[in-house]
This record gives sequence, structure tokens and C-alpha cells, in this order.
Amino acid sequence: MSTVTGVSAADELPGPDGRKPLTGDRASTGRLGDRLFGGAATLSGVIVIAMVSLIAVFLLAQALPALTNNSENFLTSRVWAPGGEKPAFGILEFLWTTVAASTIAMLLAVPVGVAVALFLTQYAPMWMRKPAASLVDLLAAIPSIVYGLWGLMTFRAFVKPVEQFLQDNFGWFPLFAPTKITGGTIFFIGIVLAIMVLPIVTALSREVFDQTPVAHKEGALALGATRWEMIRTAVLPFGKPGVISASMLALGRALGETIAVTFLVSALSDGTDWTWSLFNGGETFASKIANNAAEFSNPSKTGAYIAAGLVLFVLTFVVNSIARIVIERRKAFTE
Amino acid sequence: MSVSRVSAIGALALTGALALSACASENPAPAGNTAGAGGTAAVNADCFEGDLKAEGSSAQKNAIDEAISAYQTACGDANIDYQPSGSGAGIKQFIAKQVDFAGSDSALKTEEKDGIIESEEAKNSCGSDAWNLPMVTGPVAIAYNVEGVDKLVLNADVAAKIFNGEITTWDDAAIAELNKDVKLPSTPIKVYFRSDESGTTENFTKYLKAAAPEAWPHETGKKWTGKGEGKEKSAGVATATQGQDGAITYVEWSYAQQNQLAMAAIDSGSGPVELTAESAGKTVATAQQVGTGNDLALKIDYATKEEGAYPIVLVTYEIVCSKYADAETGKKVKSFLKSFASDEVQGSLTTQGYAPLPAEVATKVKAAIDAIS
Repeated sequence: MSTVTGVSAADELPGPDGRKPLTGDRASTGRLGDRLFGGAATLSGVIVIAMVSLIAVFLLAQALPALTNNSENFLTSRVWAPGGEKPAFGILEFLWTTVAASTIAMLLAVPVGVAVALFLTQYAPMWMRKPAASLVDLLAAIPSIVYGLWGLMTFRAFVKPVEQFLQDNFGWFPLFAPTKITGGTIFFIGIVLAIMVLPIVTALSREVFDQTPVAHKEGALALGATRWEMIRTAVLPFGKPGVISASMLALGRALGETIAVTFLVSALSDGTDWTWSLFNGGETFASKIANNAAEFSNPSKTGAYIAAGLVLFVLTFVVNSIARIVIERRKAFTE
Repeated sequence: MSVSRVSAIGALALTGALALSACASENPAPAGNTAGAGGTAAVNADCFEGDLKAEGSSAQKNAIDEAISAYQTACGDANIDYQPSGSGAGIKQFIAKQVDFAGSDSALKTEEKDGIIESEEAKNSCGSDAWNLPMVTGPVAIAYNVEGVDKLVLNADVAAKIFNGEITTWDDAAIAELNKDVKLPSTPIKVYFRSDESGTTENFTKYLKAAAPEAWPHETGKKWTGKGEGKEKSAGVATATQGQDGAITYVEWSYAQQNQLAMAAIDSGSGPVELTAESAGKTVATAQQVGTGNDLALKIDYATKEEGAYPIVLVTYEIVCSKYADAETGKKVKSFLKSFASDEVQGSLTTQGYAPLPAEVATKVKAAIDAIS
């Protein structure tokens, strides 16, 4: 029988005899410390829920007036002119850039991150595991502005030839269609984001892989599995929910990453033709808002940007919910 | 155990190195910087004690920083804080009485925009007229990076066509005609623009619109309406231009200097004019005053044909109340601005990529500052 992280013996019931799942009887000694701790924990929980709900309410309240005055379709328009007498704005372009860049980041970071975690927990010699793990964690400690500067000054030169190669040889494929953008393409931003979220994926995956019960691993090996087969049959299934959680956290960061992206993006001028190409420029939600925050000169304009922020909020929320559902289903499956 | 200690030390060393390199790249000020600060020690102001808060245009940040350091050298007890958060934010904070004066790329608007009339709001907030005092002249350079071309002449018409995407290669006949003795390569032109809303964009498009109305059909404004690839803020466009052969952009003078970008001379009809403090000042001198009395809001004649005048300039204003509700604040503002407008401080701004106010305008500004109470 396999187990899942965060699932205790209590969750494994009802057992064959149909007993009810174990629960605490909420017993309390009635002592001050007991009540204080219970109260503090409850309060913290309530505060978090209240904060998220209030942020949603704030975003909605600020965005609604602007949305009702909008003369374009908010979800499908590519125009962004929120100021003036007739505000007109739509988020299609930001949505595409944000989602496309984050997807690239995930496609690169998750497999590599999981591989790094497997290496650190299963393959690396013992003396190497700890220092290597702290090095990976250090990657997470680098401020995003440093990633931005590094990407702009140093890393760009390495990615450019790759982009050129893809455009020259696979230009017929819509995603690789040639464009005139020289700087921060969606593709490039995706790669930088991948590096930024890699430590998140690695650190969390490493933790769960480390928790794989030794009995499972030894069992697999005893049955004649090679090391790879052992990983496939024991470590990976055990760690899957953890990896999914890690990926979702990472995706959340990729979607909302602001400073590094603001540094790197190439904005498109008005009236640029639509293209699916990953070598096009474009601004993400976060970079657009950050870049223009100094010019929030009136409520309706501010509202437009906040509405864009609201979409990002909803997007992240949806992504997280999907992750929850996946993890829940996974749990049900293993029981 | 010892291994993890070694890795911890390694981690420390790495963070230290990162922190150091971050410091090193923070302030790419020109070498003349320190010399300029030394030359401004001779400010003789009637010092105030306490805090003075201002906020606004980032275009004048280096200039006001210079003025502040000069003032504080003379007056150790004065504490002046300028937040370069953008003109819009500065005006908003000024109206909300959060700051004592605002810096702005453009004078307070007298007609309704986005539902408010700035000048009226400011007047209500002050309880007296609000004045626009031109203080810093920031020329806007047309900076380019083309291999083998270190001298370039443009006129408004050609510049407008380049920035509008009509001229796409450097050896275009229109450019060649203005640069007969320069060998132009066939490199494609890469236009970079400011992706954030900025006063630099507003002034540059105003210039294009005024001097080449046919070639520049777009509206003027803080948001770029031409073609090209957008980069964040002045530093972004300057860096992008530096790193790309065939690039061209419009950027504040100081950024072009610091990034060692070549700058185009402008031919407005009476011969090519290089960007210098003097040539930029000439354009400001020809500007017409649109404010009344001590409100010195200027209307710059971008289409000026004045000989030796470099037409693309951005004038940043200090926006002040003519009569402060708190007389003490009025005194502080007056004392600092007096020092800012003095010939010593204005003269030292050249090292920061600004042009000093021309004498005619400076006299008026000084008179207006004297009238603040």
C-alpha cells in the first residue's frame, strides 16, 4: 500500500471493518495555555482568509467603475488606452504574454527541477547532498532584480543565437515565426523565469523525495528493480502530489514575477500585428502595472490597471484550485 | 558538520560578492559628478532647519539631487527629500498636501483632462495660486548606435519618419541626403521607445508634431504612439540602444552621455546643431510664457528656426503655492529654490546632463521665487 505525504493513519480509515475515520474529540483541558493556543491558531486562519477575501473585494470595487466605462471588450481587446475621455482597454495581449512565458518557464523548470531533486536525493554521494542542496536554495535567495540585470546584461547574448536558429529553421511553425523584436522576447523571459522558479521546484521536490519510506525503496530493490525502476515505482508516485504543489507555487511566482520581467520585456508599439510567435515582445500583467504605476493620475485609469491586476489574481487562483483538485484526486486514487 | 560549515561560508562569500556588484552598478554617474558637487559649495542661502518634502518628475532627479547636496553643504540642519516617483504622482501628492512642492515635466494643465483640472485643484489645495517655475532644462537626445557612423544629422521630418517606421534602413536616401559625407550602412533601423508613460515621450512627440506635422500624424502624449520596441524607462532604452547595432532612440541627455551613445545633430533649417548646454538653452530662451504674472509656464517653440538652437528640450517645473498656508513652509521652499535657481547651482548642472536656465528666464524665475510667501 502506498502512502501520501501529509496523510496520516487517520486518513486511511475507514478500515475493512467499516469503522469511522479517527477524529480528535476536540478535548481541551480548559487551561489558559490550551485556550490561548487554540484561539491564536483559529485567529491566524481567519485573518488569512479575511485578507484574501478583502483583497478580492478591493480589486473588484476599484475595477468595476473603470470596467463599466470601458468602450472595448475587456477580455478580447488588444488596445490599452485607459486614460482620457473614452477609456478603452483590453487585456488579451497581457494574458497571452503572461501565460505563454509562464508555460515556457514551467516546461523547462519542472522536469529539470525534479531531475535535480532526484539527483540530490537518490544519486548524489552523501557528502555532496547537503552543500549542493544549499546551493540550489541559494538560487532562490537571489533577488529578482539581480535576475533582471543579469538577464539583460549577460544572459541575453547566449539566448539570442538560439532564437535566431529557431527562427531561421523552424520559422514556418507559428510559435517560432520570425519577428523584429531584438530584446526581451516571450521565449527569453520564459527561460529567465524558469531559472528563477527552478529552486522552488527543486527544494520542495527534494523534501518529498527524501520522505519516501525506506521500506518502499528497499522493497522495490529487493524485487530486482534497477535504481531507475525503483525511482519510477517508489519515489515518483510517492512524491507526485508534492511535485504538483511545488510546480503550482512556482507557477504562481512565474505568473506574478514583476521586477525581473519589467527589466526584460520589450513592449509592442500600438497597432502591431498579432502573431503567435514566442519571439514577439509584449508585457505581462505585472510588468505593465509596475511600469506605469507612477502615472495613475485618476481613478478610472487606476481602475483599468487594477482590473488587469484582478485578472492576474483570478488566474493565479484558478491555477491553484486546479492544483488542489489534482492533489485531492491523486489522494483518492492512492487510498 | 564541517562540510556544511564550508558551504555556509561559500554562500556568505557569494552573497557578499553579489551585494558588492550591485553597489558597483548602482550609480553610473559621469566623472564630472564630484567636481560639480565641489564647485557648488558656495551657496549662500538663508538656511532653514527641519524637513522639506518634494516629489515628482524623475527627469530632474539628478539635477535636484545636485541642488540638494549643494544646499545641504551650506545648511547642515536642512533636510530635503525628493522622491522621483513621476510627474503625475508628484502633482497628485502636491494637491493632496503630502509634499511641499512638486516637480513636473509639464506645467499644471489648465484644461480638463481625465476629469480634473490640475491648476484648479492645486489652487484649491494651496488656497492661493499655484505657480509653475521652470527650473531645469533637460535636453532630449536622439541617440543612435550604428557601426561606423559617429556623426549624424537629422531633421524633424526624417526623424519623424524613422520613429514612425517609414524609413527602415540606415542607407535610406532621406538620411543620406542630410549626411552627404558619411558612409551609411544598410543596417535595418531598430527604434526603441519608452514603454512607460513619460514626460520625455511627451516632449519628443510634441517636437515631432510641431516641427514635422505631416510626417508625424500621431497624437502627442506621455504614451508612445509611434513604432518600435518598448523598453522600461530611460535606462532601459539607453541600454538597449547600446547593445544593438542599428538602434536609435530618444533619451535624456545624461543617459546618452553616460552610456556613451552617439547623438544626432538637428538641422531645423539653419544648419546642423549639436546638442550642447548652450544650444538647448537658446530654445528655452525663445519659449513664450503662457502663464500670467509669476506663473512662468512656458510654451516651447519646438519648430524654432533660431540659429544654433537645439529644439528638443524638456523643461521641468517646480510647482509651488504662491502663498503657503504655513508661512514657515513657504520660507523653506523659497530658501531652497533660491539656491536652486542661483547661477552657481544652475551652472553645475551641465555635468549632470542638464542645461542651465538661460539668463532671461532665470531672472524671471528668481523674481517669482522672491514673491513666494
